[in-house]
Amino acid sequence: MDLLKEDFGDLSPQQLAAPVDTVEEKWKLLPAFLKIKGLVKQHIDSFNYFINVEIKKIMKANEKITSDADPMWYLKYLNIYVGMPDVEESFNVTRPVSPHECRLRDMTYSAPITVDIEYTRGSQRIIRNALPIGRMPIMLRSSNCVLSGKTPMEFSKLNECPLDPGGYFIVKGQEKVILIQEQLSKNRIIVEQDRKGAVGASVTSSTHEKKSRTNMIVKQGRFYLKHNTLSEDAPIGIIFKAMGVESDQEIVQMIGTEEHVMAAFAPSLEECQKAQIFTQTQALKYIGNKVRRQRMWGGPKKTKMEEARELLASTILTHVPVKEFNFRAKCIYLAVMVRRVILAQGNNKVDDRDYYGNKRLELAGQLLSLLFEDLFKKFNSELKKIADQIIPKQRAAQFDVVKHMRQDQITNGMVNAISTGNWSLKRFKMDRQGVTQVLSRLSFISALGMMTRISSQFEKTRKVSGPRSLQPSQWGMLCPSDTPEGEACGLVKNLALMTHITTDMEDGPIIKLAFNLGVEDVNLLCGEELSYPSVFLVFLNGNILGVIRDHHKLINTFRLMRRAGFINEFVSISTNVTDRCVYISSDGGRLCRPYIIVKNGQPAVKNKHIEELSQGYRSFEDFLHEGLVEYLDVNEENDCSIALYEHMITKDTTHLEIEPFTLLGVCAGLIPYPHHNQSPRNTYQCAMGKQAMGTIGYNQRNRIDTLMYLLAYPQRPMVKTKTIELIDFEKLPAGQNATVAVMSYSGYDIEDALVLNKASLDRGFGRCLVYKNAKCTLRRYTNQTFDKVMGPMLDAETRKPIWRHSILDADGICSPGERVENKQVLVNKSMPTVTQTPLEGSTQPSQPQYRDVPITYKGSTDSYIEKVMISSNAEDAFLVKILLRQTRRPEIGDKFSSRHGQKGVCGLIVPQEDMPFCDSGICPDIIMNPHGYPSRMTVGKLIELLAGKAGVLDGRFHYGTAFGGSKVKDVCEDLIRYGYNYQGKDFVTSGITGEPLEAYIYFGPVYYQKLKHMVLDKMHARARGPRAVLTRQPTEGRSRDGGLRLGEMERDCLIGYGASMLLLERLMISSDAFEVDVCGQCGLLGYSGWCHYCKSSCHVSSLRIPYACKLLFQELQSMNIVPRLKLSRYNE
Amino acid sequence: MAVPMSNVDEIRDRVILGEFGVKNVHSTDFPGNYPGYDDTWDLKKFKKNFRLDVVHMDENTLEFDMVGIDAAIANAFRRILLAEVPTIAVEKVFIYNNTSIIQDEILAHRLGLVPIKADPRLFEYRNTGGEEEGTEIDTVQLQLKIKCTRNPRASKDASDPKELYLNHMVYSRDMKWVPIGNQADVFADANIGPVHGDILLAQLRPGQELDIVMHCVKGLGKDHAKFSPVATASYRLLPDITLLQTIEGEKAERLKRCFSPGVIELEDVDGKKVAKVVNSRLDTCSREVLRHDDLKSLVKLGRVRDHFIFSVESTGILPPDVLVSEAVNVLIAKCQKFLSELDSVAEME
Repeated sequence: MDLLKEDFGDLSPQQLAAPVDTVEEKWKLLPAFLKIKGLVKQHIDSFNYFINVEIKKIMKANEKITSDADPMWYLKYLNIYVGMPDVEESFNVTRPVSPHECRLRDMTYSAPITVDIEYTRGSQRIIRNALPIGRMPIMLRSSNCVLSGKTPMEFSKLNECPLDPGGYFIVKGQEKVILIQEQLSKNRIIVEQDRKGAVGASVTSSTHEKKSRTNMIVKQGRFYLKHNTLSEDAPIGIIFKAMGVESDQEIVQMIGTEEHVMAAFAPSLEECQKAQIFTQTQALKYIGNKVRRQRMWGGPKKTKMEEARELLASTILTHVPVKEFNFRAKCIYLAVMVRRVILAQGNNKVDDRDYYGNKRLELAGQLLSLLFEDLFKKFNSELKKIADQIIPKQRAAQFDVVKHMRQDQITNGMVNAISTGNWSLKRFKMDRQGVTQVLSRLSFISALGMMTRISSQFEKTRKVSGPRSLQPSQWGMLCPSDTPEGEACGLVKNLALMTHITTDMEDGPIIKLAFNLGVEDVNLLCGEELSYPSVFLVFLNGNILGVIRDHHKLINTFRLMRRAGFINEFVSISTNVTDRCVYISSDGGRLCRPYIIVKNGQPAVKNKHIEELSQGYRSFEDFLHEGLVEYLDVNEENDCSIALYEHMITKDTTHLEIEPFTLLGVCAGLIPYPHHNQSPRNTYQCAMGKQAMGTIGYNQRNRIDTLMYLLAYPQRPMVKTKTIELIDFEKLPAGQNATVAVMSYSGYDIEDALVLNKASLDRGFGRCLVYKNAKCTLRRYTNQTFDKVMGPMLDAETRKPIWRHSILDADGICSPGERVENKQVLVNKSMPTVTQTPLEGSTQPSQPQYRDVPITYKGSTDSYIEKVMISSNAEDAFLVKILLRQTRRPEIGDKFSSRHGQKGVCGLIVPQEDMPFCDSGICPDIIMNPHGYPSRMTVGKLIELLAGKAGVLDGRFHYGTAFGGSKVKDVCEDLIRYGYNYQGKDFVTSGITGEPLEAYIYFGPVYYQKLKHMVLDKMHARARGPRAVLTRQPTEGRSRDGGLRLGEMERDCLIGYGASMLLLERLMISSDAFEVDVCGQCGLLGYSGWCHYCKSSCHVSSLRIPYACKLLFQELQSMNIVPRLKLSRYNE
Repeated sequence: MAVPMSNVDEIRDRVILGEFGVKNVHSTDFPGNYPGYDDTWDLKKFKKNFRLDVVHMDENTLEFDMVGIDAAIANAFRRILLAEVPTIAVEKVFIYNNTSIIQDEILAHRLGLVPIKADPRLFEYRNTGGEEEGTEIDTVQLQLKIKCTRNPRASKDASDPKELYLNHMVYSRDMKWVPIGNQADVFADANIGPVHGDILLAQLRPGQELDIVMHCVKGLGKDHAKFSPVATASYRLLPDITLLQTIEGEKAERLKRCFSPGVIELEDVDGKKVAKVVNSRLDTCSREVLRHDDLKSLVKLGRVRDHFIFSVESTGILPPDVLVSEAVNVLIAKCQKFLSELDSVAEME
């Protein structure tokens, strides 16, 4: 009984006997969660935070500009706002703009940034409100977007798809996503081993102003501080002394008074002794001599001591605030670093860099705020420069700074950064490429997948496995399947379905609360307390807040208050027992996800709650506020015991998983029965789902994209998953349910090739539409000339337009519905020959000359003109966009794939009568070779077929949700009920012989995707064709009608075989053979039978060499190297 | 309980459904293959054995048994039905105006798949390749001219497109026959047009219109599936279930449940329920019985090799029985062509 008591605590027997209710429908929390959070909420939240809160903080931090020229002059920002997106119609007249208009007209979807300022003009003080300083690109569906809070009906009025997730920008007509960036978390102590095995600690400190990295290293048992600003490593004892802790005893007290700790630190104290440094002044002098001096032009000159003190206060461990040179907090921080290293040395427990609790994700808002602050500072310094220049000069008009506030600097800075993806900030010496990417609109899933993508800062070329491998702490936060293959494998990740990324929040109230809960302030500590075994250090966002004696109580009250809603739900608190620390985090970029709270072995969420949820009385927020559900971040998860299912709940369980399938992401969520597949297959499908064509949005027909693939008859999958329903894949599907027979047929199905039924193709299976666009702008030039569009040219005899112009309307632009052939003209544009302003004096012809620059159609197959748009772009130039369309039916070589990473090309198209048929007369649409199964082990596909078949017979959709879904047994029972074989294997008759097949055939519907790779876009052959100008060798690549290369390895084969004449033919005659005249005497190249060097023609002979060879000789000559050819008769 | 067949007879006449595969799939009754059997082909014998029973026929479907014929010939009929009995279908689409959302090619494709009721036997094939206009003997012209407008009588707060707009759904019944030449007289009561009037072709919104002229020509299913006269035509072999032992009681109950309803019935023999094969034709050959270890040795599942249960589903252009006789005519024509080719080869030598 006592034993039991121990196990089950003070629960009453009744409570113990009560079974743990399974809340059947608890997955319904998920749609509720997605309803308030959405799949891209992290982007939108972070951007909203930036334009509503962060931007004001940035303004506050840089609010005043003064001039050196006039101490009376100043400019002060009072407020800053980001408005609603608009477009300038004419001078100073604006009108709201919709995102779709920006897409079509190649404009930027941006809103003005306006400020209220107070400044002096002469002796007057002036307040001006709502002055524009630049434009901010606006994230779609953010608080300032016209789409926020609109109904689906209003969406369609704006030509926008209500299912489009938003979270991207439209810059110059292009949709751009700022990818989530993964980083090591800032302001945290990381203890790690270097290559030689020495333990050290490092902290990357980051504040608004500065970013610096401080390292603690051990050399010969002594501790040193390493920092960029110090020319050599400074002994830690001296640093302590420089910070005002002069007594050795105090230092040791802070670090720890345990025997082994003291022993480990003793040599460092000795070092001080050796350097004869005992006082703060001495120490500061010592450090002052080691400071690397850079900058420091301007400003009053400082002594070395002052400089050293300044450095210690502001640059080293920047994030620990030092007020009026009170170094107490920083000393303790440093002491903790030393202590960590000493403790780690003993048992080698260093921190794991790849642990996901040590990572922070940077989102669009944070990246933009860095960029904006940089631009804003530049803008202000420019204003200051102008003020400094103009104020001293006496002018008639008084200096009015408003006239010098130019908008384009901030506007262009933002637009360029987003459109190129180059984030270069001088302040932080940051220079990142590829931060933004064009939103891939190949399919709805590819667009959605892009919004959840996380890119890591690691170099792709480095061969390390640590950052690439799946970390246990990524459970539930990142999708374990969705990562690319190849070089970016494991570095590019995707968020799981229920992951939320926090944004920054105020820490003031949290500090206050912590002190109220018994945390003792660091500044009041003597240092000795740090090493008491029962005393825990309390950190808030990497800063030491103080110590706590009863950490259990602190944590419990903290959590209770969070559940009660007194603290923000995203604040996390967790303990680290080995380091004796309590970490409170409220910083942005942490990953977290919701869990059901379990109390006394019973989940807090009951069936009645879920009922209320489905009836609409309750929202997800109510669950949060009532303490039924809470968010846990990666660190706090470590402190909890989370049960996967109800029956796994024990007395220690603190939380319950909402639904296990949410550990997968958006792309992996499409796969039916993924838990039955070999894991790489799911990864392959994640990559392929993004290439599947189908539907991309309700507004797809209004878009004019450079490339768009649509399926003529997309279908919902027969076997769906919960995720498919949640992300509305059913409304925007990308694939078709094909009846598949798994059998061998004809031999044209080797290597995963598929055999397609011709009649199915005739009836529209796999039929797709390919849209491309052609663009043309009509500019105005500086010399008052402009581009023109001419009408079609008429044939002199027939008075009909010439063939090339046959599809043009009278206005010189092609008309919709026409069929365009290769080389026909779409827009008959002509351009003035002279576009520059003529020099003064030179006469300009009164009638400008024009030359034709037509926009022609290039393509091996004809297209139809879907629509023509005539508009103007941001620069007020005419913009003509033409949408071209092709309809393609599948042909041999087109690529298809099921949802299980099983791709294959079409190998043969067979007439229906040759296809095998089952007893009910059904012919398969696709025949797939059974060899695709054993090595791939995609059991999920087999089950999908069964479930699909049962679904078709029953007239309903089956679920293949991960870790759940319809059971194979139930599905097979359905098959029996409809008179089909239990295993899904049918008696099939050959369509060719009419006799039955010897094997039973696995036969049923499988969802197939048509991938964007089609032979029509890839096929290429050439006999003769263009050559490169420089080398006279055939051009490269299909787009340039290039030759097919006989590469090195092929060449090696020919050499090995000894086919010298073939080699000569391939490499020279068919490529760049060239007749040269070579002088036998001097060995130099001559010209038309004459040697310019010897001034004679007697020894000149003609021979054939590759043009590239001749080029090499001439290039060598140009470098003062003389290659000479020695000629002799080959028969001599 | 039926008398078990002799081993050779079983191989000759039955396809055996095993647990893991089908046995005896090929016909082996070649002359001389089995000692003691006279397998030479003989018209008289064939006539005696051959049977054709129509089991069920209605407007569009036909089920008949074809017994006593080789699989190759039965399959030939199936293949001809699918691919070589001509029909009339939309082949050329002249789009004068299409302001709807649906793309020209997709609309044309949809129009092509609509079955057109016009007796293909009364038309000629159109010359391929030639760009010349169709004539009354080889072309049926249809027109689709429709414009969507707002319904003036719609109530103010209506949101249902059905009420708001007129003509917003374009159905196949909107395809109107335009007689060429003397077609109006010749086909006066043929009622040429789409077979089904309720096939949705496109959806329109106010202001959008379609103005399309279609030329329908005669063609074969092997050229495009739209010319196929059948929705499907296929056959299955007659199932044959042999109970090797008397099965009674619970086992019999279970056995009954293993087959489609009506295949096995239970008879009262001396107060015991004894299973009996009543109508093996109804079985769908799910081989469920083979999953029961105790039952699988008690039954023999087979199918009669030369008993084909044909099922023909017409698209409605021609009645299914006409299709079958047309298919026979096609095969006869092929045979005659082949014979005449053979003759001409013989003459040349």
